[in-house]
Amino acid sequence: MFSVLQFPGSNDDRDMEFALKTVLDSPARLIWHGDVELPADTRAVLLPGGFSYGDYLRAGAMARFSPVMAAVKRFADAGGPVLGTCNGFQILCESGLLPGVLRRNRDLHFISGWSHLRVERAAAPFTSRSQVGDVLRIPIKHGEGAYHLGASELAELDANGQVAFRYCEPDGTVSAAANPNGSEANIAGITNRAGNVIGLMPHPEHAVEAGLGGDDGLRILGSLVDAVGGAR
Amino acid sequence: MSEEPRIDLALAREHGLTDEEWERVQKILGRMPTYSELGIFSVMWSEHCSYKSSKMHLKGLPTTGEQVLLGPGENAGAVALGDGLAAVFKIESHNHPSFVEPKEGSATGVGGIIRDIFTMGARPIASLNSIRFGSLEDPLHRHLLEGVVEGIGSYGNCVGVATVGGETTFHPCYSGNILVNAFNLGIVDAERIFLAKASGIGNPVIYAGSKTGRDGIHGASLLASAEFDDTTDAKRPTVQVGDPFTEKCLIEACLELMRGDQIVGIQDMGAAGLTCSSFEMASNSGTGIEMDLDRVPQRAAGMTPYELLLSESQERMLLVARAGEEDSVCEVFHRWGLDAVVVGRVTGDGQMVVRFGGDTVVDIPVDPVAASSPELDRPTREPPELRERQKLDLASVAPEEDPEGALLALLDDPNLASKAWIWQQYDPWVQGGTILGSGGDAALVRIKRDDGTPTDKAIALSVDCNPRHCFLDPRGGTIAAVAEAARNVACTGARPLALTNCLNFGNPEKPEIMWQLREAIEGIGEAAEALGTPVVSGNVSLYNETHGTPIHPTPTIAVIGLLEPWQRHAVSHFTKSGEAIVLLGESREELGGSAWLALRRGLEAGTPPQVDLAHEQRLHGLLQLGVREGWLHTAHDTSEGGLAVALAECCLTGPERVGAEVSLTESIRPDALLFGETAGRVVVATSDAAAVLAAAEAAAIPAREVGRTGGETLRVVGPDDRVWLDLSLERLAQARDGGIPRRLATVESEK
Repeated sequence: MFSVLQFPGSNDDRDMEFALKTVLDSPARLIWHGDVELPADTRAVLLPGGFSYGDYLRAGAMARFSPVMAAVKRFADAGGPVLGTCNGFQILCESGLLPGVLRRNRDLHFISGWSHLRVERAAAPFTSRSQVGDVLRIPIKHGEGAYHLGASELAELDANGQVAFRYCEPDGTVSAAANPNGSEANIAGITNRAGNVIGLMPHPEHAVEAGLGGDDGLRILGSLVDAVGGAR
Repeated sequence: MSEEPRIDLALAREHGLTDEEWERVQKILGRMPTYSELGIFSVMWSEHCSYKSSKMHLKGLPTTGEQVLLGPGENAGAVALGDGLAAVFKIESHNHPSFVEPKEGSATGVGGIIRDIFTMGARPIASLNSIRFGSLEDPLHRHLLEGVVEGIGSYGNCVGVATVGGETTFHPCYSGNILVNAFNLGIVDAERIFLAKASGIGNPVIYAGSKTGRDGIHGASLLASAEFDDTTDAKRPTVQVGDPFTEKCLIEACLELMRGDQIVGIQDMGAAGLTCSSFEMASNSGTGIEMDLDRVPQRAAGMTPYELLLSESQERMLLVARAGEEDSVCEVFHRWGLDAVVVGRVTGDGQMVVRFGGDTVVDIPVDPVAASSPELDRPTREPPELRERQKLDLASVAPEEDPEGALLALLDDPNLASKAWIWQQYDPWVQGGTILGSGGDAALVRIKRDDGTPTDKAIALSVDCNPRHCFLDPRGGTIAAVAEAARNVACTGARPLALTNCLNFGNPEKPEIMWQLREAIEGIGEAAEALGTPVVSGNVSLYNETHGTPIHPTPTIAVIGLLEPWQRHAVSHFTKSGEAIVLLGESREELGGSAWLALRRGLEAGTPPQVDLAHEQRLHGLLQLGVREGWLHTAHDTSEGGLAVALAECCLTGPERVGAEVSLTESIRPDALLFGETAGRVVVATSDAAAVLAAAEAAAIPAREVGRTGGETLRVVGPDDRVWLDLSLERLAQARDGGIPRRLATVESEK
C-alpha cells in the first residue's frame, strides 16, 4: 500500500494517488495529516506538492509539526522508502529527513514549465528505471525551489552520490541556462545518505500520460512500484 | 452598541440610493429603516448586485438549449456533458478592486469565482482570466500588470486549481481603469447540483469558513458601482484580502459534505456578504430567515450589526442543513480547521429578522428587497462621433513599405507578443487534466469523474474580446468576440456548447454608454443564437470610467466546448515539416480596426470586419469533422494582426519551431492580405490536403492550399512573385518572446 499524505493545503495529493492507483495499477490511499500512525501495510510514503498550511511562515515549516510526521520519521529510520515532491521536498528538508533548504526562486517569481532532468543516480528504490545520464522531461511549478546547502556539505552530498537529478538542457548538458530557479549546482532532487528518502522539486505525478504532455514521471514512480512490489 | 448616525435622505444618498429608491424603502417598510436596514437596501439595490441598468436588455438573450441544465440566475450556469456529467462555469469582473490594490484585488477575484463554482457542488478544475491594462510604457501599468499576475497566481496556485489560459490587452483606454475578469469551470454529477435554497421551515442556517472582519464593507455598492475619481485611494479599505489556503480547505469540506444528503442549500458570501447570501437563499425558496449576529465568528472586536451584515470578508459560506444534522455538518468543517456555527433558522413568514445583543436590528420582507429590486430603462443614444470614426478611405492610407518590419513590430507589440512571462507564473497542471494550456487558441482539459476515474471527454475553453473592434462597432465587435471564442474552441476539434460573458462598460447614466451596452448585448444574442452557444451565466461591470473617460466597450466572452474522444484533437502550431498549409475562409481588403492600422498608422478607425455567422457555423463544423476523421492536426484562427501574425504563431508556438513557405494569390493590397483581420479564417496544416479541400467544398467554405511547412524561416511570396516576407524563425521569436519582458525590464533599471 502506498500512503499519500494529505495535509490541509496539499494540492497534488489526488494526482499522486491517480498516478499510482490508476496509471500504475498499484494500491494507494490518502492519509490524513492528523493521524498518529501510518497504516500497518504501508510500503512507501509519498508527500505531495501543494501549499500545506498555505505555506505561511515558510514552505513546509508548519507541516513538519503534523502528527503523522513522527510516524513518517520512524518509517524512514527503519529504511522505508519516502518520496517528497515540491512542497513534500520542502517538508522533508524542514523535518530534517533531508539536508539543505529551499529558498525563493532566483527571480522571485513563481515559475511553471517543463524542465529537463539529468539522472545522476540510477538505483532502487526511486530511479532504477533510468541510467545515469538519462534525461527526463518533467514539469516544475514552484516559488521556493532554489536548493541551498553549505559548500562543504554540498561536496559531501556529491561525494556520497546523494544528488539524484540536476536541471539540464534537452541534450543532458548541465548549464547555468538550464537552471530555472538558482539551485546550487543545478540540483533538482536529492536523497538522504541511506538512499531511502528522496526529495525533488519537479512533479513526476504530472507526467504520467503520453497524451497529457508526457509520461517520464513513470520512470520515477514506476521505479518505486518495482522496488516495493506495488501490484495488488 | 456604538452610536448610529441619523437616518435621512442625505445618508441614503451617501449610501448610493437615489431619491426615488429612498422613497421606495420607506414605502416597503412603512417606517424609517434602521441603519443596518439602510445598509442592506444600499447593497442589494446597487448596480453591482441588482443589474438594474442592464436587466431589461439581458432578458432578450438566448439562454436555453438541450445541453443547458441551468441558465443565468444561479451562481453559475451548467451544461450537460453526457454520461451524467455537467460543467458549471462563469466569468466575473474584479476591475475596481484590482486597480486600487492589484494583488489582493485580482486574487480575491479568482477566489470569488471559484466559490461560485463549488457552491454548486462542482469541483473547480480550470481557470481562465482576461486582463487589460494601459500602456506598458507607463510605470503604473507595469506595476499593475505585475501585481495582478502575482495575485492571480498566488491565489490560483495555492488553492489548487489550474490556470489554463487567458488573454491580455494593453490599450490607453484602460489607463485609468484596468479590467480583471476571472473565469472558472467545475465538474459535477448532473444529478447533484446544489442551489442557493433556504427551504424547510425550522432547518438550521449554518455559517462556515473565515471569520468576519471589517474588510470590504461596501465593496459592491461604493467601489464597484461608481466611477473613479480623486477619492479612489481612500476607498482602499473597501478591498478584501484573500486567503487561498482557507478556500482550499473550504472546497474540500464543502465537496465532502455535498456527497452526503445533510445539505439543503448553500450560498457563498461574496458581494455584500451575509446580507446578499441570506436574502438570495430565502428569496429563492419563498421563505424567511431569522439570524442572531452574536453567533457570527468575528475577527475584530466590537463589530456593529451594520458591519457584520455588510462585510465582504472572503472565504465564507452560508448553508441550510436538514434539522438534526447541525453537529455532523459542523464537524466536517472543524476537521478542516474551519469555523462553523448555527447562526439562525429558516422561517415561513417571508421576513428577514436579524438580532444583535438582544435587539432586533433588521425586520424586513425578503421579496421586495431581493426579487423586486429596481429596474431602469435608461436612455440610449448612438455616440455622435461614431459615424465619423467609422469612415476610413483606404486609398488615403499609405501602403506598408516594409512588411518584414511591420510583422516584427506587431509581434513585439505587447498585445500580440508572447504572454509566457504571464502564464509561466501560473500552475497549469494541478488536478492532472491539462491537454493544452496557455499559448494556443483554446485550452483543452480532460475530465475525470468525482472518484478520479478518467473519461474520454475534454472541455475546450477560450476567452476573447477585441476592444478596438467593439469601440468602432459595438454590435459587430461583440458578434466577432463570440465568433472568435467559439472558433478557438472549434480549432481543437471541440463542439462549442455555451458561453458566459462579462460586460465591462462605462457609466450607464450616459446615453452613449447605454447604447454601447445595448448594442453589445444584442450582438451576443444574435451570435449565440446562430452558433448554438446559449448564454448560461454572466456578469455586468459598469462605471468603468475615471474622471469621466470611459473604457472601450469590452464584452468579454468565454465559450466552452466538448471534445470526445479527446485523444483526437488539433493543436494551434505546426507540428512537423512537409505538411500542406491550407487557408480556410476568404481574405478581403479590410484594414478597419486592425492592429496594423493602429500600430503602423496611428489610426483607430474604420469599420471592423463583419462576421458571417452562417459561414462561421459551417467552418466550426468543418474543423470538428477534420479532427474526428483524423486529417486535421493543426488549426489556428487568424485574428488580431491578420494572416502574417497567425502564420508566425503557427511556426513559433509549438514545443519545436517549424518554418513555412507560403505563396498568396489574392489580388488585394498586400498589407491587407498580410495584416487585414477578415473574420472566419483558419490556417490549417494537414498531411491530406485533398481531404481538407474536398470537405471544405462540401461545407461551402472557400479553401486554398497556400504552402508547406518546414525549414528555418517564414517565407511569404505575393501574387507579384516577389518575396514579401523572409524572416528566420529565430528573429521572429526574438521579437515575439521579448515584447513583454523587455518592457518590464525597464522597471528593474528604474528601481
